[in-house]
Amino acid sequence: MSVRPAVESWGASDLAARVRAGNRASIARAISTVEAGGKASAELLKALHEATGRARLFGITGAPGVGKSTLVGALIAELRNGYQSVAVIAVDPSSPVTGGAILGDRVRMTQHVEDDGVFIRSLASRGSGGGLSLATSRVAEVLDAAGLENVIIETVGAGQSEIDVIDVADITTVVCAPGLGDDIQAMKAGLLEVADVLVVNKADDPMATLTVNQLESMLALRSDAGRKVPLLKTAARDAVGIPELADALNQAFEKLDQQGRAERRLQRMQRLLATVAGGIVARRLKATRGRRLDQLLTRMAAGELDVETAAVALLKSDVWRQD
Amino acid sequence: MSTSAQRPYRVLVSKIGLDGHDRGSRIVAAYLRDAGMEVIYTAPWQEVQALVRMASDEDVDLIGISSLATDHLLLPKLLEALRAADLGDLPVVVGGIVPDEDEQALIEAGVRRVFHPGSSRDEIVSTVAALAAEARIQRKTESF
Ligand SMILES: Nc1nc2c(ncn2[C@@H]2O[C@H](COP(=O)(O)OP(=O)(O)OP(=O)(O)O)[C@@H](O)[C@H]2O)c(=O)[nH]1
Ligand SMILES: [Mg+2]
Repeated sequence: MSVRPAVESWGASDLAARVRAGNRASIARAISTVEAGGKASAELLKALHEATGRARLFGITGAPGVGKSTLVGALIAELRNGYQSVAVIAVDPSSPVTGGAILGDRVRMTQHVEDDGVFIRSLASRGSGGGLSLATSRVAEVLDAAGLENVIIETVGAGQSEIDVIDVADITTVVCAPGLGDDIQAMKAGLLEVADVLVVNKADDPMATLTVNQLESMLALRSDAGRKVPLLKTAARDAVGIPELADALNQAFEKLDQQGRAERRLQRMQRLLATVAGGIVARRLKATRGRRLDQLLTRMAAGELDVETAAVALLKSDVWRQD
Repeated sequence: MSTSAQRPYRVLVSKIGLDGHDRGSRIVAAYLRDAGMEVIYTAPWQEVQALVRMASDEDVDLIGISSLATDHLLLPKLLEALRAADLGDLPVVVGGIVPDEDEQALIEAGVRRVFHPGSSRDEIVSTVAALAAEARIQRKTESF
């Protein structure tokens, strides 16, 4: 007889109860279930819902190689010093061609593998950005319901397209490092705007001062320069600056009062809904052919209707609802 | 929406013991990724208990261990630890230099397959996929 859970043969409420009791194998299996989506996922999340909303969700993003995973490893240690439990969702990209992925962020977090207060899960981005937000937020809900007090989400952010982490996290930290010209470019492309906390990692590198100066002047130029974004220096590999980062994260979180958190949750829901609804409409449209849609397409092809007008007309009609 | 049946196979690729060369495991990880699998790649020098914890938390379908020196001698310990953690149905394969006389002992201990140097990409990928598929079916029908 085995106690290893097999989702498909279990009721959602059984599995949910085990997740809420903190059973690791059940948490692991529940994550696979919600990641896959579909009906089993929906049922499970419903059963878990009342236990969610307690965890603090921290997003860590930044260009490839700036030291995000190393920083997360150091943060885990810091949080564990304060006896807080920590979950990590470490996202790495899937190959758009084969769908495969090498998930290597754990390499920098091995110190905490056997700690019962730490749960690390690697997630492949599995295709488009929107899907990633959805999967990540579901996985975060499972970890939240399991009673983990902090959920850290690491994603690669290289510009506008990858800032999904803000769809999921309460507090977003953007990490950069010296010597990556592209990194500053990425900041310009929108990452800076989503940062609640900014970190220049690899502060042991003499060029770090330059990066800090650049960022400071960019912050000063921002339209919302009144919003004070803390800018910190860390050397994650040597655990330098980590207590200060943890303090900054705590403060940023505390600034989000109850109302602020509720508001952010609604904003997140709105973004998720937009992404998912957009996906559904797109999928249906691509699979549908009908008389009225054909008319629309023909008029577009003939140049009588521009795409935007056609799209608005389409959404007002019920063409896309036809199965 | 994808269903769980279409979920990519998840494989933990690692090394145990003291031998730190991880070139072999990197190559295998790339093979499996290119075959559409999700490879959880860990640092070398993993302890047996750490591997069990990772395999469980990551909900993998198979564990692949690369071994160059005498590290494969630790595998029976890994299998035992997996069984103790109720993960006895998780297939374990090993790749690397394993002397013939040890191979038999490993198989008897429960290792599902030993890949010797020169094993082809196809052989590795198709064996891993078949074992992972089997493990999934097993777990799906397993009852409480
Ligand atoms: N000099 C220096 N190097 C560091 C520091 N922190 C991390 N690194 C190194 O930077 C490299 C990348 O570190 P990771 O933590 O894997 O970076 P990442 O941002 O998670 O990388 P991806 O997940 O691949 O995007 C590694 O070689 C680290 O050892 C630091 O504080 N100083
Ligand atoms: Mg990383």
